Amino acid sequence: MTMAPRTEHDTAGRRAFLRFATAFAAVVAVFAPRRSPANEVPPQLQAGSRSSPRPLTPAEIQAAVHRVTGGAKVTPGRVKLDLPPIVENGNSVHCTVTVQSPMTPADYVKSVHIFTERNPQPNVIGVRLGPRAGLAKFSARIRLADTQKVTAIAEMSDGTFWSDRAEIVVTGGACLEDT
Amino acid sequence: MTAPRAIVNVPAKARKGEIIAISALIGHVMENGFRYTTTGVLRPRDIITSFVALYNGEEIFSAQFFPAVAANPFISFHTVATESGTIQLRWTGDNGFAATHRAKIAVE
Repeated sequence: MTMAPRTEHDTAGRRAFLRFATAFAAVVAVFAPRRSPANEVPPQLQAGSRSSPRPLTPAEIQAAVHRVTGGAKVTPGRVKLDLPPIVENGNSVHCTVTVQSPMTPADYVKSVHIFTERNPQPNVIGVRLGPRAGLAKFSARIRLADTQKVTAIAEMSDGTFWSDRAEIVVTGGACLEDT
Repeated sequence: MTAPRAIVNVPAKARKGEIIAISALIGHVMENGFRYTTTGVLRPRDIITSFVALYNGEEIFSAQFFPAVAANPFISFHTVATESGTIQLRWTGDNGFAATHRAKIAVE
């Protein structure tokens, strides 16, 4: 086995690093909180368990959608879900849903529901509209736990369902943070 | 409990048949029921669950809120100005939360 000849410079660098590492470890040991049963971190707050308690399964999302549609076919189109493409903080994301509809007593939007895939729960908001709205459009501020796709499903007065999806990048999630 | 602060924007005047925008924001923590305190105790859910808008007593818009609605819920929607009167906004939620805001509108 051959090794590159160790130069004086290398050894000095290593010694300096070791000194620094020892000092750093000592400082950490002094300032690290003492672990005792009284202030032990509860399991649900330990690393890895905080980002999401349990991801939603496709079945749970489908069940939430089914409660709204009753199993009817959902067609993409007629709905426009406006979300910013990227947000720094998922605690308050402005979203607007616009549905193409004449909003007359004969043809209007009955309801709009918003669903997420990676929040702790699939439902976000459900609104009921009627011909008196004049314009099938509403806005709300929602929480998003993660980068994900958001779906809006609109129910028309003729019983058909239409949808739109929007993808949003969330750099800091909501729902599970302390503040 | 002190009355929650609501900021509501309803136009004071409108032409008959005009589509008007109504927006409303109410102060509420919307505690989602998924968070823990630093000592590991689950913070119980405390959210507004429903919002209803009435135009002279008739429902024109309603919303069901889930924990994924942001704190201090903001909502905006539209309605056709049909007649002069009162637009009443009502929020209800967990732990007996209830708030009402009334705004007058004059339709010409």
